[in-house]
Amino acid sequence: MSEILKYLTQTWNIKKLVTLLSLFVLMMTSGLPLLAQQQRFPKPEFESGYTQPVTSMPDARSDFFALFDVFVLILALSLITWLILKKRSRRGVLAVSVFSILYFGFFREGCVCSVGSLQNVTLALFQPEYSIPISALAFFVIPLVYTLFFGRTFCAGVCPLGAIQDVLLLRPVTMKTWLQKVLGLIPYIYLGLSVLYAATATDFIICRYDPFIGIYRFDATFFMFSIGAIFLLLSAFVARPYCRFFCPYGVLLNWMSRFSKHHLTITPNKCIQCRLCEDSCPLGAINKPVPVKVMEDRPSATKRFIKLSLIIPALMILSAWTLSNFHENLAKVNTKVSLANELMLFKPDAMLPSVEVEAFKSAGTPVEELYSEAAVIVEQFYIGAWILGGFLGLVFGLTLSSLSVFKYREDYTPDKGECVSCARCLKYCPVEK
Amino acid sequence: MEKKGKKDRRDFINTCFRFAAGASLVGVTGVLAHKTISGNTLWQIDTTKCTQCGRCATSCVVTPSAVKCIHVYDMCGYCDLCGGYLRPNVKNITTGAENQLCPTGAIKRKYIEDPFFEYEIIEDLCIGCGKCVKGCGAFGNGSLQLQVSHDICVNCNQCAIARDCPSDAFSRVPADEPYKFSGFKKEKKG
Repeated sequence: MSEILKYLTQTWNIKKLVTLLSLFVLMMTSGLPLLAQQQRFPKPEFESGYTQPVTSMPDARSDFFALFDVFVLILALSLITWLILKKRSRRGVLAVSVFSILYFGFFREGCVCSVGSLQNVTLALFQPEYSIPISALAFFVIPLVYTLFFGRTFCAGVCPLGAIQDVLLLRPVTMKTWLQKVLGLIPYIYLGLSVLYAATATDFIICRYDPFIGIYRFDATFFMFSIGAIFLLLSAFVARPYCRFFCPYGVLLNWMSRFSKHHLTITPNKCIQCRLCEDSCPLGAINKPVPVKVMEDRPSATKRFIKLSLIIPALMILSAWTLSNFHENLAKVNTKVSLANELMLFKPDAMLPSVEVEAFKSAGTPVEELYSEAAVIVEQFYIGAWILGGFLGLVFGLTLSSLSVFKYREDYTPDKGECVSCARCLKYCPVEK
Repeated sequence: MEKKGKKDRRDFINTCFRFAAGASLVGVTGVLAHKTISGNTLWQIDTTKCTQCGRCATSCVVTPSAVKCIHVYDMCGYCDLCGGYLRPNVKNITTGAENQLCPTGAIKRKYIEDPFFEYEIIEDLCIGCGKCVKGCGAFGNGSLQLQVSHDICVNCNQCAIARDCPSDAFSRVPADEPYKFSGFKKEKKG
């Protein structure tokens, strides 16, 4: 109908209108008996003057907020960037953190967030029929752009997931470097898996296992509440456990931040190597100066470089091959694949059909159609597993090699990738502007 | 002198990477720019696909579920013996709790005139289990239908019920047409 109306408004030709109207009448008259047949008990004609209530169709929450959120995001990002880089104020960061916990967290109930929008973007890139809401795209791109220029100021206090952990940090413990590096690999795996599952339109695992959204909504399963509570308890002692060891969006921010132009510096002027800031970072993201004697000579560096350039591709191929062997297990998360599996193993005379099997049978789609669709998805997982494996191998290799590389540094500087610009270290620096 | 050269090189590489990262961001935005929709999408149930499995009541992230039974009065036959209200094989047609199909007593039965009764869903009590929907569809006109009630739905990025739905009845719908009733209402709206 709406197409017809659109057509009419576009052309407004009387002759066409008449033909369409007659067609419409024909449709109605031929359609009515069919509809009446569909309705087993026709609607009664009431004599008591009964008025029929209106079918309730509650309106959705207004769309206005979706765009307003983007506006607030830009405002909060600009404000916190100014507070960190120009005012160098930890108190300002705290204030913005509290604001975003209240606004993005409790008021907007943590959805859509930048971390999750990563999946919308992936889904939109790989599935042609999905169109992405503008707000989701904006939430994905804007923090990355800011990070590319100013470092991870988004993490510092705008992201509601990071902010809630940051304000709870009471007694940070320092972690061993090797432990940090090993745990720091989890976000890459998480990122890879979430991209794989979003690209195959299987699931949004980041949203599904978001530990804090249940707390922001005061509503979650017991399992998710416990995970959220564990993270919050942990974040009193370990700085931002979710951000550092799980957040997949943090990986992208980390990459962007490495090349940021105006990243936060610990000292406003020149570092005097007083070592006061040395232990100030709860994230362990301060690079210490390297004593000259550690510098390695050229031949051994070349040897190491050759070794690494052999090891890394080998690692990539190995892990890609390993993961590709598990592509069917990865694909089982997909509902279509799991249903096809179930149907293949289903014996009608020996087993009770599950809800899925029953629903599929009642829908009447041919089994072959489902099997071929599932086969396509499994094939996608096979390719995806190779790529994911290669990516993870590369990450492992580079992490390993980064442990053995000593960049020459004279001053105490923040590690641009790991630093979330929380501004805690600033007050330790005695140097005046 | 040599140190300065080294520093320059590092800066140069950094700048190159920065441009590469910026270009890839612009690229992604550009590719997706024509795929955006200005408004949000909402989740809704296609009533023609729904099999009333009962998972809407348990899978929603909101408790009780944002899926509610909505009564399309246009389709209702106002039956005395209502398949959506009464359990099968009830002895006497009364509003007694033992006769009601709804586990939470969310359907109000009101006498109108001789053989006709009106059935009203009390939304606050409805948990979206779909038992009445099944009954009405099996024995009646199918005027009771499960729909996502958008004033309760928090519009998750990925609907938790959609993931668990065995009949693939959930889909994203544009915000200007947020309900998908089947049958009369749809024909009327056209």
